[in-house]
Amino acid sequence: MNRADAWRHSARATAAAVRDGALRAADAVESGWEGPGRTWEDSVHAMVHADPAARSAGAASVAAGPLAGVPVVVKDNLCTTEYPTTCGSKILAGYRPPYDATVIRRLRAAGAVVTGKGNMDEFAMGSSTEYSAYGPTRNPYDLARVPGGSSGGPAAAVAYGLAPIGLGSDTGGSVRQPAAFCGVFGLKPTYGRLSRYGLVAFGSSLDQVGIFARHAGDVALTYEVLAGSDPCDATTRPGAAPDVSGWDSGVRGLRFGWPANLWAKSVDRDVIDGLEEAAAALERAGAERVPFDFLPGEYAVATYYLVATAEASSNLARFDGVRYGFRHPDGDDVRQLYVKTRSAGFGPEVQRRILLGTYALSAGYYDAYYLKAQRARTRIRREYQDAFARCDFMLLPAAPTLAFRIGEKTEDPLAMYLSDIFTIGANLAGIPGLTVPVGLAPSGLPRAVQLLGPEDSEPALLRAGRALEVRGDGARLARTHETEFPWPTKR
Amino acid sequence: MAITPEEVRRIAELARLEIPPEREGRMVGELSAVLEFVATLDRLDLAGCESTSFASTATPLRDDVPDGRRLTNDQALEMAPSREHGFFLVPPIVENVNP
Repeated sequence: MNRADAWRHSARATAAAVRDGALRAADAVESGWEGPGRTWEDSVHAMVHADPAARSAGAASVAAGPLAGVPVVVKDNLCTTEYPTTCGSKILAGYRPPYDATVIRRLRAAGAVVTGKGNMDEFAMGSSTEYSAYGPTRNPYDLARVPGGSSGGPAAAVAYGLAPIGLGSDTGGSVRQPAAFCGVFGLKPTYGRLSRYGLVAFGSSLDQVGIFARHAGDVALTYEVLAGSDPCDATTRPGAAPDVSGWDSGVRGLRFGWPANLWAKSVDRDVIDGLEEAAAALERAGAERVPFDFLPGEYAVATYYLVATAEASSNLARFDGVRYGFRHPDGDDVRQLYVKTRSAGFGPEVQRRILLGTYALSAGYYDAYYLKAQRARTRIRREYQDAFARCDFMLLPAAPTLAFRIGEKTEDPLAMYLSDIFTIGANLAGIPGLTVPVGLAPSGLPRAVQLLGPEDSEPALLRAGRALEVRGDGARLARTHETEFPWPTKR
Repeated sequence: MAITPEEVRRIAELARLEIPPEREGRMVGELSAVLEFVATLDRLDLAGCESTSFASTATPLRDDVPDGRRLTNDQALEMAPSREHGFFLVPPIVENVNP
């Protein structure tokens, strides 16, 4: 492995080469910028903050840990001391946090180097990365299409080869949906398994840091580094995280749920083809299919857009132009300072959601909206509990379509919200989900499936994800061929 | 359920936002569309469903001992748009105060 080709390799192999002295950490980190970065970054715009000096300082002192010398793209809502943290928003322009998020500290302790900050929909509110104040990110498989969102920057960067691993956040599907659109793995862990300390809050009962990678083994490796309780986040789960070291041990004896009623209508043929191929592959590998009907996703979307917006309206009250970020110059009194700063600093989608959440929480509407949504959340959790009494995990789409065109949904907020119809339920229930790429459709766009399991089922999800790890031609990817990946080609 | 322009102005006031008059009509339409969709929940049987506010069930407790993490005054003020004498500086909060 050398500086010219290190970017093609898995994180696991890169870290081994760095620990063995066969590859310098600086070469591991710069490989992605000098190779695919030169080809893609100008047209894809996956990154919002990059700094060669910060990378080089990081690479100069890497720990000899499981991620030694591995570059990681980090979503711009995770606090990093060496890069600005702007959440894709004008209201945080130039903001540089005084501390690192816990997941960033754990990355560094394992030897990883933050290679830059990935683009995102403003405050993670969006499904296409078009609502970034710093301009949209494009899908490397088709530059006229979106990478998904809200973590579209890290997803696109991992897909084109800038880094083998990315971190995002998933409040309603913001890791799993862009992973599907960009053809990479995307894990949303069980709520509370990864610390949220230093993740800028959106919907605190739903937010979870998630992991992007091109290979199932790299997801497992990163999960092992990051998962675990954190005294700085009282919502982390106590005790040891589940053991995912058996990620390559096969799926023999596992039962997977097959809720086919969910894709009876309004789901693209390419998505259904991917599901059927994945189900057949799991059966060939020794897993058993368990068909059943499941609660339609519309209820989860409706619940989510009350719960998440209510929590957001509260969390985003802190952005007022007083302590950090943008301040409007014209505020004559403090109330006008708040109003002018927030109205000029937040984009239209963020303002829409703050208004919706404020409405759902306001006097006279609380019972009809917020309280009803909290009760619906209980019903949805029970539906999952019932389903997981019959299977180890469910197989379902990650999104109803492949990557859609830029501009296709920006004029219709509800249509944009419905692109998360298959991912939102997991956040409401606090359960883990894994997007698994399953090759390319005839159009050349990535296809994917999603696996959802009960709390702490990450080991089973990763075993199944590994069993489905396929090349573009559908063949199982041998461990010796780990540099093979259906890389995007410039057209 | 549709939301009225008066209600949008009221919640904007609560949220410390101002919607320019030329965008108000569109905002009313978009919020109404979402609220109509949210009414989907009326069809869901919620009998016996208490409210869930957090996915986790227990509050972890620890000894009340400082752990050494703290921001210095300078660190806390470093990113402030305006500061003076070790404080955040803001425009007047109280009206009619004699200088």
